[in-house]
Amino acid sequence: MKNNLIQYILGIADNSLILGQRLGELCGHGPSLETDIALTNISLDLLGQTRSYFQYVAKLQGDNATEDTVAFLRLEGDYKNVLLVEQPNTDFGYSIARQFLFDIFHLSLLNELQNSPDETLAAIAKKSIKEVSYHTRFSTDWIRRLGDGTEESHNRIQSAINDLWIFTDELFHQTEADKIMVSEGVGVDVTKLKSDYYKTVNTILKESTLQIPTIEYFQKGGKNGVHSEHMGYILTELQYIQRTYPNMTW
Amino acid sequence: MICHSELVSESRKTNMTEQIQHIDQKLFEILETVSDPEIPVLSIMEMGVVRSAKNENGIVHVQITPTYSGCPAMDVIGDDIKKAFREKGLVAKIELVLSPAWTTDWITPKGRAELEKYGIAAPLSETADKEALLGNKKLVKCPQCGSLNTKLVSQFGSTACKAFFQCEECLEPFDYFKCLK
Repeated sequence: MKNNLIQYILGIADNSLILGQRLGELCGHGPSLETDIALTNISLDLLGQTRSYFQYVAKLQGDNATEDTVAFLRLEGDYKNVLLVEQPNTDFGYSIARQFLFDIFHLSLLNELQNSPDETLAAIAKKSIKEVSYHTRFSTDWIRRLGDGTEESHNRIQSAINDLWIFTDELFHQTEADKIMVSEGVGVDVTKLKSDYYKTVNTILKESTLQIPTIEYFQKGGKNGVHSEHMGYILTELQYIQRTYPNMTW
Repeated sequence: MICHSELVSESRKTNMTEQIQHIDQKLFEILETVSDPEIPVLSIMEMGVVRSAKNENGIVHVQITPTYSGCPAMDVIGDDIKKAFREKGLVAKIELVLSPAWTTDWITPKGRAELEKYGIAAPLSETADKEALLGNKKLVKCPQCGSLNTKLVSQFGSTACKAFFQCEECLEPFDYFKCLK
């Protein structure tokens, strides 16, 4: 039970950690000052949420676990984030498309998680939902601006949506631990969020004059620790200090 | 004993149901000296981030709640509280609580006035905030000249809790404290 709960929480928290890390890469490199600040603010929110989840995981793990050991000292296969969030910041369109496709899911997940009988998870969800509503507003706004903008912006956001679409189905997959936590009444049954997700995403894409991709083959693996080639590079940077100077603190 | 919610105007009281703080007057006075590291004119009591403070057998237990999950000020606030109590010969233990989640309604009227004086526009109501941040209506008042002829520059500002505006009358750029509910 305890290990399943830990695995379940990591499945949620690792998405925020890895997406937060990806967005953090844009600090000082955003296409404009405003978007740079926005994306790094979103990164900060996600990493803050990650800390709350990891503090809970560390408490459940006991021994000498801390939020830092959970964040920095696991091997690649131990991270349970979806493939979507590890995709690179190819251009601003990709960063926005990735954010949008994740935000719509994230918001609906938290909306259910806030009703969990697990008080800590419910509290984190209630806190995060306010922040994620704001992220969703930002990414949705930019999907509209880019989609309904110039020919160049339209084409680039369309190609980002097309390329990232194959990673959306995985958001609704369940691991063994997820299934157990759902049956315990603690976890959210993500399979039930799927139809509303595509309905919302499709509506916004249409409003933004964008085409809804018609792909039937989807990628999966991250939730079970099988990641894309990008993950090793992300972790190399993320874990660098702790691997080079073990137990180093600020 | 002082009930913090008594300091809040009638109109805001309805939103304060979850904000029941019973803090001993002596502890309240010490906590009031601790300021928000990112908005130094504002005490943490005016921000509404202190949930409770109790003196139990010489150890002061203080519960604080973050404004935003990733707010780096929380660690500093915790350290500053400990320091303020240490100077009075007291030991403080800090606990971070997430529930109920902080809302901008917990900023006291005095806190709102301090924000405006400092040059930060205080949060509007939830609906007005949305209209303002989507750029639909001009509702945010310039803290410098008082004009409502202001425009949104960026939904995200210098810290997680703020958006960035500019006054089209006096041309001053300024921060707007976003409504969080």
